[in-house]
Amino acid sequence: MIRFDLESMPDFGLGWLDASGPSHDVVLSTRVRIARNLQGYPFSVRAKPSDRAAILSTVREVLQRSAPLADGVIVEIDQLGERQQQILLERHLVSRELLKEESAPSAAALIASTSEPVGLMVNEEDHLRLQSLMSGFNPRQTWRVVDALDEELGSELPYAFHHEFGHLTSCPTNCGTGLRASVLIHLPGLVLTKEINKVLQGISQVGLTFRGLYGEGSEVVGNLFQVSNQTTLGKSEEDLIDHLQKIVAQVVDYEQQARSILLRDAPNVIEDKVWRAYGLLCHARALGFDEMMNLLSGVRLGLSLKLLSGPSVYVLNRTMVFAQNAHLEEARDGSLSAGELDIQRANYVRMALTEAEPSAGA
Amino acid sequence: MLCDNCGKNEAEVHLTQIVENEMATVHLCPACAAEKGLDEPSKKLPLDAFLAQMGQAALSDEEATIAGPCSYCHTTVDDFRQTGRLGCPHCYSIYETQLRAILRRIHGSTHHLGKVYVPPASTEADRSARLAGLKRKLQRAVEAEDFERAAVIRDQIRELETAVDV
Repeated sequence: MIRFDLESMPDFGLGWLDASGPSHDVVLSTRVRIARNLQGYPFSVRAKPSDRAAILSTVREVLQRSAPLADGVIVEIDQLGERQQQILLERHLVSRELLKEESAPSAAALIASTSEPVGLMVNEEDHLRLQSLMSGFNPRQTWRVVDALDEELGSELPYAFHHEFGHLTSCPTNCGTGLRASVLIHLPGLVLTKEINKVLQGISQVGLTFRGLYGEGSEVVGNLFQVSNQTTLGKSEEDLIDHLQKIVAQVVDYEQQARSILLRDAPNVIEDKVWRAYGLLCHARALGFDEMMNLLSGVRLGLSLKLLSGPSVYVLNRTMVFAQNAHLEEARDGSLSAGELDIQRANYVRMALTEAEPSAGA
Repeated sequence: MLCDNCGKNEAEVHLTQIVENEMATVHLCPACAAEKGLDEPSKKLPLDAFLAQMGQAALSDEEATIAGPCSYCHTTVDDFRQTGRLGCPHCYSIYETQLRAILRRIHGSTHHLGKVYVPPASTEADRSARLAGLKRKLQRAVEAEDFERAAVIRDQIRELETAVDV
């Protein structure tokens, strides 16, 4: 296993940005994670540093023999500086929980494959969180990759499993399958047509839930919603995945309808909104993160409606990641004040967007 | 952005809720958030409060004194009420009755219907259960006309069947 180095692997974990997946003009990415704990150790909340170290070394040993991760990268959280930890968070590669201080992030680690979009967090709230993140709307394939890793690890590591309750997790909200599948979905059409609350209410009535960009407790910015399954017990993994697939497909349809309605009933307003967003992003000299996300949402909508012919969705996705605070600081190699961050953000966005100058679409 | 409550300090806690069909986001400074019991979402999620509440509702004081603490990790009912987290796999056996009520409220069910896990040193009964699980899975994949997946499951079944024969 290779040791992690941000310098030598700038694109580490960013395969999903390429906007190659299904329905990528509405769904940015699909994530699946499953929670697993090892028999014979207390859960993380009660684990001693020696338990945590033993868990990590056992997992590492088994991974040396596992196909997708033998060539993987291991990132030990306590060996990273604070900024590098934030970078992993900004890339959605680790959770806040993995970085949080009071549980002493000793032996907390991220292990990721270099050949496949799959990896795991070790010593998070649960001992193992196997995860995969893919471009576009792709729950089945994302699940398959995680499932394969689970089969491989589970055949060598004894998981804590109960005949009735299934996989045992520290928080009873995750037990059973331990499966949480989510999509990051862009819904400007539903927000602008004011249909969004109806849709969000609807999904919460069919066992799904939504959150902001950074998961639990985070705010919705840039019309981006994370929709995921609410329950993990009492349904098979396939049923949970199929259900998410079915419901989100409907939401994508509603969003497309809303966009057509906007274009039909208020073409000038929409076109103006899109170009204003584009203009601000190309010319602003200071941009707050939320402001940037909201403007990127306008440009993303413009691309999907063919009101703009560029930049590519890839550039927008990349900007969303690289114009975040820790990424900007890393690029400047120093900490920046809030005001300086906004200036650097505007610089980054301006460069990224004007590299490929668009023209009015068809 | 300033705190919606006091209007003085920088807001650091953002809570999005649906209230009466309207999505509303409240921005609070840490002090006001703490007052409302929302300080540090990573430490004290609304979910934890929710779980703790359920723990309380599910456990009468009499039951609480009977159950636990966990003989393995020493997690008490109070620990669970406060954090919403169990301490170890063994807790699920110690608090089995209480958890069943909680799980039913969270998930609407207490029975795992997903993959049946077979630990590395498995018994014959485990293998049969797993084989049955895989066959159900194969059936579903065929019904869904997901033949790529069906092929993978078929291979898993073969592998397991050979293992049983040995």
